Amino acid sequence: MGLLFFFSRVCLTREERVIPAKRELVKTLELTDLAIWTEARYTRHPSQADCFTPFQDSPSAFEHFPAGSILAPGRPADSTTTLQIRR
Amino acid sequence: MRRLKILEYALSSLLRRKYKNLSLVIVYALTISILASILFLTHALKQEAEAVFSDAPNLIVQKLFAGRHDLISTDDIHLIRKIPGVGDVHPRYWGYYFDALSQSNYTFMGIREGLPGLKLVEGQMPAEEGECTIGRGVARAQFTGLGDQLVLIDSRNKSVKFRIVGIFDAASNLLSNDLVLMTRKGIQKFFDFPSNRATDIVVEVYNPEEISTVAAKIRKMLPGTRPIAKDEIFRTYDSVFNWRSGMMLTLFSAALFAFSILAWDKATGISGAEKNEIGILKAVGWDTADILELKFWEGIVISFTALLGGLTAAFVHVFFFNAPLLTPVLKGWSVLFPTFRLTPYIDLYQVFVIALLTVAPYIACTVIPSWKAAVTDPEMVMRS
Repeated sequence: MGLLFFFSRVCLTREERVIPAKRELVKTLELTDLAIWTEARYTRHPSQADCFTPFQDSPSAFEHFPAGSILAPGRPADSTTTLQIRR
Repeated sequence: MRRLKILEYALSSLLRRKYKNLSLVIVYALTISILASILFLTHALKQEAEAVFSDAPNLIVQKLFAGRHDLISTDDIHLIRKIPGVGDVHPRYWGYYFDALSQSNYTFMGIREGLPGLKLVEGQMPAEEGECTIGRGVARAQFTGLGDQLVLIDSRNKSVKFRIVGIFDAASNLLSNDLVLMTRKGIQKFFDFPSNRATDIVVEVYNPEEISTVAAKIRKMLPGTRPIAKDEIFRTYDSVFNWRSGMMLTLFSAALFAFSILAWDKATGISGAEKNEIGILKAVGWDTADILELKFWEGIVISFTALLGGLTAAFVHVFFFNAPLLTPVLKGWSVLFPTFRLTPYIDLYQVFVIALLTVAPYIACTVIPSWKAAVTDPEMVMRS
């Protein structure tokens, strides 16, 4: 376990050198999501998709992409924004 | 001294039944390694997202039409720019492309001309209409490389050739695996964007505290739009890799269920030999408290050995071998799945939770049946 913790420290130090380059990439290209799930529009950019996007393909359509079942059901709405609009 | 003697007896007792205990430790460690692998993998991915998206756009404004994402008018840029506290406002051009040949989806992005080269790009950024920079996944799917040509079918069903002037480094696979970068003019022409339309608008807000206020003003000013703040990116990845997400629930509950069966099997009774041993110990003068302490130490030795073994196996599985048993679950139907090496971010809180979830119930399951046997008359125990 001690060896593993030592290994993780070494990896973290190595990764800390790559993180600024990754952040530069995100900043320059204005990226918003990880390229993990490329199977559907709403899974490629989960932060940019609506909670109801999987069901938009046709009325009452069922989710059929496996990644859709991995993603958590919706994200909490920005309460500040909603409150200010209502006011 | 007495405690040490009991511990010594517990170890020798475990060694007497070494094959049975070894098989128990292996099954126990495997269950823990499944639980720990899921926690290590999701935590590492969440940390990666948090680390790299801290420089993501402050605010992105999307247009909605009939409840669906639509192209936004670039005229809205002038309106947004007038909001106090707003800095640079510019359009983003991006879209998806399905490549029938490799049956995979690519993400196309149009970038501003004259962007400087990036550390994680081998070669250069596209500077002319017929140039592109691609991710490793695209290069692999198309069997192409730096200096080769990428042939794509545009929105008019005509084949278009792009010269590959750059390839993203493997270290950025998690961000760029399916990316095809081209110039803005290139992407506008390829997808036939209407002249005053863009995919969405990026808004820079000087003061991060004002992002939600600016978002509210944009919604009021342009009711058909949906502003997405940077916070929402973090919230999304937090909920995707949360314990309540589908992946965690499915795998985690299966592993916990397996562990429950193991603990239940242990709790429903102890073997005749063990009962006999307890009876003999009672007959030679051991107290019930001594027997409970003995069983407690036996439980501690087994569960901590299994915990250490399980955590080590999970660490090796996730960070040395890149979680080959879990990636098929993550992958789904994605043809272009990035090969990535995860940074071993370990949350000690999660390790304590695993320890608490597995060690405590196991020790309880060991001690309770032994206590039942220990409080019974030694003769009765030995006879049964």
